[in-house]
Amino acid sequence: MITLRRIVALAIKELLALLRDKKSRIVLIGPPIAQLVVFGYAATFDLNNIPFAVYNEDRSAPSRELVARLTGSPHFELTGYIDHDARIAPLIDNKDALMVLHLGPQFSENLKRGKTAQVQLIIDGRNSNTALLTLGYLRTILASFNEDWSRQQGRPGPPVTLQMRPWYNENLLSRWFIVPGIVGLLTLVVTTIVTGLSVAREREAGTFDQLLVTPLRPVEILIGKSIPGILIGLLEGSFILLVVVFWFEVPLRGSLAALYLGMFLFLLSATGVGLMISSLAVTQQQGILGAFLFLVPAVILSGFATPISNMPELVQHLTLINPMRYFMVILRGVFLEGDSWDLLFNQYWPMAIIAIVTLSLAGWLFRHRMN
Amino acid sequence: MKVAAASRMRLIGMIRKESLQIMRDPSSIAIAFVMPVVLLLLFGYGVSLDARYIPLAVVVEQPDASTASLIGAFRRSEYFDPQPFESIQAAQQAFDLRKVFGIVWLRNDFSERLLGQGNAPIGVIVNGVDANQARITEGYIQGVWQAWLFSYARSRGVELSLPVELEPRIWFNAAVRSRNFLVPGLIAVIMTLIGAMLTSMVVAREWERGTMEALMVTPIRIGELVTGKLVPYFVLGMGGMLLSVAMALWQFEVPLRGSFWALTAASALFMMVALGMGLLISVVAKNQFVAGQISILITFLPAFILSGFIFQISSMPAAIQVITHIIPARYYVAILQTLFLAGDIWPIILSNSAALMVMMFVFLGLARRKMQKRLDA
Repeated sequence: MITLRRIVALAIKELLALLRDKKSRIVLIGPPIAQLVVFGYAATFDLNNIPFAVYNEDRSAPSRELVARLTGSPHFELTGYIDHDARIAPLIDNKDALMVLHLGPQFSENLKRGKTAQVQLIIDGRNSNTALLTLGYLRTILASFNEDWSRQQGRPGPPVTLQMRPWYNENLLSRWFIVPGIVGLLTLVVTTIVTGLSVAREREAGTFDQLLVTPLRPVEILIGKSIPGILIGLLEGSFILLVVVFWFEVPLRGSLAALYLGMFLFLLSATGVGLMISSLAVTQQQGILGAFLFLVPAVILSGFATPISNMPELVQHLTLINPMRYFMVILRGVFLEGDSWDLLFNQYWPMAIIAIVTLSLAGWLFRHRMN
Repeated sequence: MKVAAASRMRLIGMIRKESLQIMRDPSSIAIAFVMPVVLLLLFGYGVSLDARYIPLAVVVEQPDASTASLIGAFRRSEYFDPQPFESIQAAQQAFDLRKVFGIVWLRNDFSERLLGQGNAPIGVIVNGVDANQARITEGYIQGVWQAWLFSYARSRGVELSLPVELEPRIWFNAAVRSRNFLVPGLIAVIMTLIGAMLTSMVVAREWERGTMEALMVTPIRIGELVTGKLVPYFVLGMGGMLLSVAMALWQFEVPLRGSFWALTAASALFMMVALGMGLLISVVAKNQFVAGQISILITFLPAFILSGFIFQISSMPAAIQVITHIIPARYYVAILQTLFLAGDIWPIILSNSAALMVMMFVFLGLARRKMQKRLDA
């Protein structure tokens, strides 16, 4: 028979062990908040103020008009003009400019004669993603320049035009993508470490054997040890949600209940993994290292920063056992796409299975891993 | 002479003790050698910003030769995997279920307008949730569209000329492989892990068990104690670094255009900074739980997000940019990306190394002072 009273007593003892120490308390609350704010602002792929230089051999009205369109965009910031080929390399090499725009002496002449005017663009490719995005911004500006020029000259536009519309995130703010993901990232870190150390700490101190000889059954120990991690994860997750909605103003379009069901299942599976690591570990150091060896791949292979669909097929299959992968879809689905239960069913059940498997293994390990 | 000999003996003893401790604890060896391999494989193969075969729903309401040639252009591109749908409703359903990332929609008057007044619209909807992926996809779609315009004009015997055409040249990484900048940056993350996290945990354990006090009552001086602790972990960290560089070069085929010696020197400097941080954390935390949490939160995650390893620093808000200046990984990532991809560009290498040098003295100095104070207390 499972006794509620015994479970509650153990859970309270666990919470006390964790919160009694002032430093542990601070560590649980302070850094995640700081991380949330800093990462919320820092973790963005959107580019602002890309430093660029112009080498304009033409100096006519149309060439100045083109440069003005760049300086007028919030994405670009002009750092200066150069007047010699040889200046390009040092500017790029020393990162004083991320790109150099080179307009040849024939630029406006070709433009007026109806010949294609070439614009040379040199981009620093050290960060290839930044280079691609920079090129994308520039292409958009150039396309509108071309369109306006053709209209002014009475030339026909292209026979086919593109009308592109992004859905769910109309202005393509990458913050709307990253910030909801931080809910998953930080709750995973906190819950895994709290549970990852809970058994290891007792083993190191030798009190776990004492716990095993008390009337507490392994199931009760399992539940009692799970409660603090889930509780702290839920509290911290709720707090982060508030910050995401009210501070970062990411729209919450779907069902909050659907989000919480996801968070509960997610924390349950994180707890299972944490307890499993903890019962394998003999010392706290091994507990932390184990938690870490789980956390790093879990975060990387979750789609938090880079899409799972870009990974090789084999790695994509591997992500199926990663609970964070499912929670990322739930977070973004509820926040941006306005999802409710039914659309997220396929994310819930894999997390439930992961939770059941890891928790049962942890319970089994309690008894069978004795030194 | 005698004093120096005694000091050397104490130091060697200390180094021997630490080395034995590392050898006997499998988890230390794991973090130094297994972790870099696992992380590099994970990142090298798992983290990619290069999209391939993006699933697109294609709705053609009135198929004919010109729509076929346009859709064919999408099909031939390695970036897209177009899937035909009967109606826009069916396509939208697949879009909502995240089975396709975008929709390309040619309405039934497409060919009529193309052959008539021109200006026939291609309707494109992309899933904007992942803004970065959406922007890159839009860029690829633009590329396909533009190439098709030229081939369409040519097939009709017309020379299409755009008023202004871009001739982009991407330096240092012409193929725009994201792996080429992710793998070198990852070396900074790995060395932060080895240096800061491992050291902080190990030294915190000594405080927790009280063996640090035991060490302090021996004749060993604080400087010898610090040096003795750092030397074995320094060796361990440099071993991890060499392993990572070897994997970057041979497993992931990232070019190393700068000199190997500049790389080693900069890495040694960064390793010292990371060790200094780890030591400082352990002295402040004095228990493994707190030390582990702090080192993950203030060394690992910033090395990941605030170092310029993935996210561009110059695009962050001004206040955050100021914060990045106290993240040592920021300077090391700049050196790594430059040395691997661009070559020996001394202004960048030297200025960033100078910053690392300053941080090394600050962290090691602080750690040493904190330790001394504790002894007095």
